[in-house]
Amino acid sequence: MSRKLLDLWVGFFVAIGFAAVLFLALRVGNLSSANFAETYQLTAKFDNIGGLKVRGPVKSAGVVVGRVTDIRFDPQAYEALVTLTIDSRYQFPKDTFASILTAGLLGEQYIGLDAGGDEKMLKPGDVFAKTQSAVVLEKLISQFMFNKASETPDSK
Amino acid sequence: MRWLVLKWTSSVLIELVRSTGHRMNNALQTLGFSARFFMMILVYSGQSFRRLHLTIREIYFVGFQSLLIILVSGLFIGMVLGMQGYETLQRYGSSEALGVLVALSLTRELGPVVSALLFASRAGSSITAEIGLMKATEQLTAMDMMAVNPIARVVAPRFWGGVISMPLLAALFSAIGVFGGYLIGVVLIGVDEGAFWSQMQGSVDFRFDVWNGIVKSFVFGTAVSLISVFEGYDAVPTAEGVSASIKRTVVYSALAILALDFVLTSFMFRGV
Amino acid sequence: MPADSLVKITDVNFAYDDRSILKGIDMEIPRGKLVAIMGNSGCGKTTLLRLIGGQLKPTSGELLVDGQSVPAMKHDELYAMRRRMGMLFQFGALFTDISVFDNVAYLMREHTDLPEDVIRDMVLMKLNAVGLRGAHHLMPAELSGGMARRVALARAIALDPMLIMYDEPFAGLDPISMGVIGQLIRKLNDALGATTLLVTHDVQEALLIVDYVYFVSDGQIVAQGTPDDIRASSDPFVHQFVFGEADGPVHFHYPAVPFEQELMREVAGA
Repeated sequence: MSRKLLDLWVGFFVAIGFAAVLFLALRVGNLSSANFAETYQLTAKFDNIGGLKVRGPVKSAGVVVGRVTDIRFDPQAYEALVTLTIDSRYQFPKDTFASILTAGLLGEQYIGLDAGGDEKMLKPGDVFAKTQSAVVLEKLISQFMFNKASETPDSK
Repeated sequence: MRWLVLKWTSSVLIELVRSTGHRMNNALQTLGFSARFFMMILVYSGQSFRRLHLTIREIYFVGFQSLLIILVSGLFIGMVLGMQGYETLQRYGSSEALGVLVALSLTRELGPVVSALLFASRAGSSITAEIGLMKATEQLTAMDMMAVNPIARVVAPRFWGGVISMPLLAALFSAIGVFGGYLIGVVLIGVDEGAFWSQMQGSVDFRFDVWNGIVKSFVFGTAVSLISVFEGYDAVPTAEGVSASIKRTVVYSALAILALDFVLTSFMFRGV
Repeated sequence: MPADSLVKITDVNFAYDDRSILKGIDMEIPRGKLVAIMGNSGCGKTTLLRLIGGQLKPTSGELLVDGQSVPAMKHDELYAMRRRMGMLFQFGALFTDISVFDNVAYLMREHTDLPEDVIRDMVLMKLNAVGLRGAHHLMPAELSGGMARRVALARAIALDPMLIMYDEPFAGLDPISMGVIGQLIRKLNDALGATTLLVTHDVQEALLIVDYVYFVSDGQIVAQGTPDDIRASSDPFVHQFVFGEADGPVHFHYPAVPFEQELMREVAGA
């Protein structure tokens, strides 16, 4: 086989190989939609993060606007420190509410951002003022039982 | 009688210890030589890259010529995943997650691992056979006598041909596998097309899943290529020796791939 | 022997692990001459070639090629020396994945920057010298044993070496091919002004063409001389070798206890 033809086939092979990588990146993976070009970071403190994981989505009005990039425990305040990386295209007011929500009944947990009405915007590195922790099923149930128990004497 | 049994047992034990020690010694020697051999390949790679067409030629032989088996196997594995995945997922009413299942299985595990296993038996064995036969017919000695370094001229191009081809083949395997899953899931069974792709894109992360898969296949490619060229170069220069080396290439490659996969997976995907 | 030797070997010993292969070899190969080393299989002839080519290092002794010590050479010096050597391997060792033309052109492409049309002329010249110019497009698998040997010969002389070494060039050839190769070896040596070292056990064929013969047995030189000396020699080893007798100083039987004794032991064991 001549060297030119060989080069041609190898070129073809390498080209379709890279096309496959590109296909995996853009069509199968989320390189096109969810890897943001420019980002800034915000921090949120939660009493309990439940099953939230690093790389979990941050959504506002159901649209993915960022990702959870770090979860740490604060040994002074006994709280969870969650770092959110947000797409720079989106700005949120100072009094935005960050809560940990669950997709579907048993789905993955994500952070929901509910924008407030403040004039000032959160700057990179800021901390959310208002957060709501994950709902823990056991606590919910015990709370419900406690309420029931305290209701009973009143009804007499 | 007792004395005889005792004597017999002790002699068996001594023989066992001796043969185990001997084997250990041999295994360590081979390990040492293979490490030195790897270093030599790296040292002489500069020389062989100066003649790039040597490496390009090997990419043709080990990469391009493995295309057919990789594409066909990938397509079938993807289709099987589509069928089995649908069967299981629809019991929980989440057949839309089929895309996620197919794509994650392929990019994280099956793509790199199965294509590396196929690569070892298709390309690795032929590299070993080629180098082993060149050794058996004195071609390597002849080269050395002609002041042409056989490691730079024969071994390094084949090693790099394998290292370069493997990630590309694994990516092709995963891509065509996803397409196979799409054919079965969407075209044949009728899972919603939009949900299939969007759920897939929502759950498959480029850096975490796709890129880690590529890193895996690169590691496998390096391991398989090294084993293949080493077994060829180390072959006993007879017909039996070469055939034993080919067998060792396939067996050791498979073991190396699966062991490395375990190690890499536990590093890459631990606790997430 | 003339004083000007290309290869000078003084008291060389060689052993694999503790198995002694060569014991105190002294040998001189004068420039421009065709010297043969003969001996029965496994006597260390091929080892001697590898020592001269620097692929093995002697356990002790001195080995000079063109005035330089081969065992003392570093990798680069060794390769520089090997470029001036041509070697024909026992079964040719042609590169099976490239054509006859490319086999002969191999060294020119590896070691020189000659343009492709000059290489082409040189390759055809070499192939013409061995009578195979017409076969330049064939693959090694398509050649007969004798033709392959001739192509390997053309490859060995590709860069006009100062020293050409042949390892069993006659092995496995028919009488006609043997004659052809023998004549070629002589002609090429004289035409190139090279020095030739021929390792063989084909006595009759070799005696027709060489200038000087060394006989090696069991790692030692047992006889030497010109072909006429050898034919006239009364040395029992040389006599056995030249006339191919089954028994003599080289025994037919592998060393063993006397046969009767072994038979008796067999009976006693049962």
